[in-house]
Amino acid sequence: MDTRALFSGSTSLSNIHPAIIVTAVFLLAYPSFASDFFIFQIGAYSLILGTIALSLMMLAGYGGMVSLAQLTAAGMAGYLVAILGENSVGVMGLGWPWWLTVVSAVLGAAIFSAFVGAISVRTEGIYTIMITLAIAVAFFYFVRQNYVLFNGFTGFAGVEPPTLFGVYWRDPTPFYYLSLVIAGGFVWAVFYASRSTFGLSLQAIRDNPRRMRALGYNVTLHRVAAYFFSGLIAGTAGVLLVWFNGRISPGSVGVDVVIDILVIAVVGGMRHPVGPFLGAIAFVLLENFAIDLIDRERFNTVIGIAFLLVVLFSPDGLLGIWNRIRSKIRFGRSGQQGASRRTGDDRQSAESSDNVKTQEEV
Amino acid sequence: MFGFVKKTLAVTAIMSLAGPAMAQETIKMGSLATLEGAFTVLGEDGMRGVRMALEEFGYMAGGKKIELITGSSDASPDSAIRATRKLVEQDGVKVLIGPLSGSEGLAVKDYSKTQPKVTFLNGSSAAQDTTLRSPSENFFRFSTEGAQWMAGLGEYVYKTKGYRSVAVLAEDYSFPYTQVFGFLEPFCRLGGKAPQDARFWVPIGNKDYSSVIAALPDDVDAIYVALGGADAVNFLTQYEQSGGDLPLIGGSITVDQTVLGSKGKTRRSVIGTPSAGPVSDTWDDARWSNFVAAYKKQFPKGFPSPSLFAHSYYVNTKAALLALDKVKGDLSDGGNKFRAALSSLEFETPTGMVKLDERRQAIADIFLTEVIEGPDGNLMNKTIKVIPQVNQTLGVSYEKFLKYGKVGRENPSCS
Repeated sequence: MDTRALFSGSTSLSNIHPAIIVTAVFLLAYPSFASDFFIFQIGAYSLILGTIALSLMMLAGYGGMVSLAQLTAAGMAGYLVAILGENSVGVMGLGWPWWLTVVSAVLGAAIFSAFVGAISVRTEGIYTIMITLAIAVAFFYFVRQNYVLFNGFTGFAGVEPPTLFGVYWRDPTPFYYLSLVIAGGFVWAVFYASRSTFGLSLQAIRDNPRRMRALGYNVTLHRVAAYFFSGLIAGTAGVLLVWFNGRISPGSVGVDVVIDILVIAVVGGMRHPVGPFLGAIAFVLLENFAIDLIDRERFNTVIGIAFLLVVLFSPDGLLGIWNRIRSKIRFGRSGQQGASRRTGDDRQSAESSDNVKTQEEV
Repeated sequence: MFGFVKKTLAVTAIMSLAGPAMAQETIKMGSLATLEGAFTVLGEDGMRGVRMALEEFGYMAGGKKIELITGSSDASPDSAIRATRKLVEQDGVKVLIGPLSGSEGLAVKDYSKTQPKVTFLNGSSAAQDTTLRSPSENFFRFSTEGAQWMAGLGEYVYKTKGYRSVAVLAEDYSFPYTQVFGFLEPFCRLGGKAPQDARFWVPIGNKDYSSVIAALPDDVDAIYVALGGADAVNFLTQYEQSGGDLPLIGGSITVDQTVLGSKGKTRRSVIGTPSAGPVSDTWDDARWSNFVAAYKKQFPKGFPSPSLFAHSYYVNTKAALLALDKVKGDLSDGGNKFRAALSSLEFETPTGMVKLDERRQAIADIFLTEVIEGPDGNLMNKTIKVIPQVNQTLGVSYEKFLKYGKVGRENPSCS
């Protein structure tokens, strides 16, 4: 990639790799050959979880801030949809029009996320994890015990997406495309932002906050802004999640689900916006089918071992495995013809090993 | 730099390999229980109930082989729906038994409305609204629910024990609400009192009851306790240690074998505690003792006596198998004949006859019990009375019963 594209953040059509086009065609054509179950529960659900994990990947990968409160931001948006919009439980359900509900829910989640950021950005590493985990747990207990707003243990049911343009958006195919558009949009946005001035300064802050401060950057503000943007992503995914489930209850924002999101991001790979989606697909497939592979009392062990193996053999997740296989194949082929490509890749892998190092320090 | 995208392709290609499979001469039956999370032990016992019924029929019904596919949830409605969807839409089960807990049952009932060709039978979930309000055409519950389980207890403690005012301590979710309602409704109708400020609602998994115990009023005759499993053990231990001496009244899973079997001297205080539920460990009847013997034989590592979860799953599975026998395993019409057979099914369970009302909710016998010390020093529940054929509306008409309102923390008001 040349310098101009790197700094302006622009990509022209001819720069697009063929693999991207193939993937895009595959994802668009997917509903035409997959069953409803695969479209909805595997496809759409992976995209939603991937989007939530993407918001974590953005914070952790570019900002060096591992926040466990991303699912909580998504849950906040989900609860807001149930509270401001309509539900069948008879508690709250203010009946706002759908667009106002969705916008308020996403903004509410983003503000919540920025608030989490404001509390936690002055800490580093394990302390950030502790603070955000504490917030996630506090939110879980709060919604479980608050009956006036959040309807306690039962939570809300009967939360429906609107019927627009004659399409019921919870039918598998429309919902899949809705999730795909949102997920694709955010992947592009995160990728674009990572090459923008803001993204580059965020990465610089990740690598050396003290130097950035000396250069006159407002480190705290940058980080809180990153939290705000990641809250937008998580919040939008949270709206999709509550439409997907049709309900939300404290169990949807519990600690185990919070950890699931971290697992998805780590297993997928934190170096590129596509990583969380790989992780989400692996997670959803295992969650659904591990019980068929083995004795039903042991299937959670299979899930655990699979993730352990990934992290053990590839600290940078599924993305890293692929990159390694690819470079092996290329070295095997030897020859000079790929030399120019290789130098490009080497630069990238040097850059990414820096990332990994930073994360390990964190 | 876009090479990683190939990885996406590889994974998505794997995704597309699996597809729905269809069965010819076998009938696929799904079974959903909590095999992970806090209720794992209960879910495992539920699965034992399913396998007992299948074993009894030799995994055959209506001349067709039954293939059992299991699903697992963690007691949250979200996970129950995901597992149900997988069993129905991916594995293609035509009959589904489950789920285990109250809120899951409500969620699966809602989902069943979107799958009219699949027949759902309850596992052991016991929330009232699963069948009472906006019931689903293809959701059947051959087990009784939390309010039915309390039948006779309110009258018993008012008339025989002479209690006039009780405090309430229960977990804060739909199943205990249903139990409290079932207990208080007749108790208060007779003139009993349960003041709102003497009702204590604790979260599931609460460990420390000292603040609740300190706040318990002195001017009540007894405490009605609807806690389950470890929560019940913790409360009873701490209540004993703090010198509490009010008599107790137990919910259906508060003084069952899982609690009475626990070690420690706290158990003195529970002797004489009345309770009620769908099973009674010591019911002196051939049907029940045969069931217990079969359970012990098939599952030497199970509980000393089948829990109400094994019983509920067993009864519902057996209902499905009996109805399949009736229609010769024919589900080709989307299960219409099968569901008609289920609706009119009436059969003998280990706890007496069961039949359905018009909302597909079981009408069955309920056992009023009292904790006694057995001959070998073990605590057990003695059957005081069998309340025959308790229906969901507790004897009044459907319309009148709906006027009582939804179960909740303040229903009935009792003041």
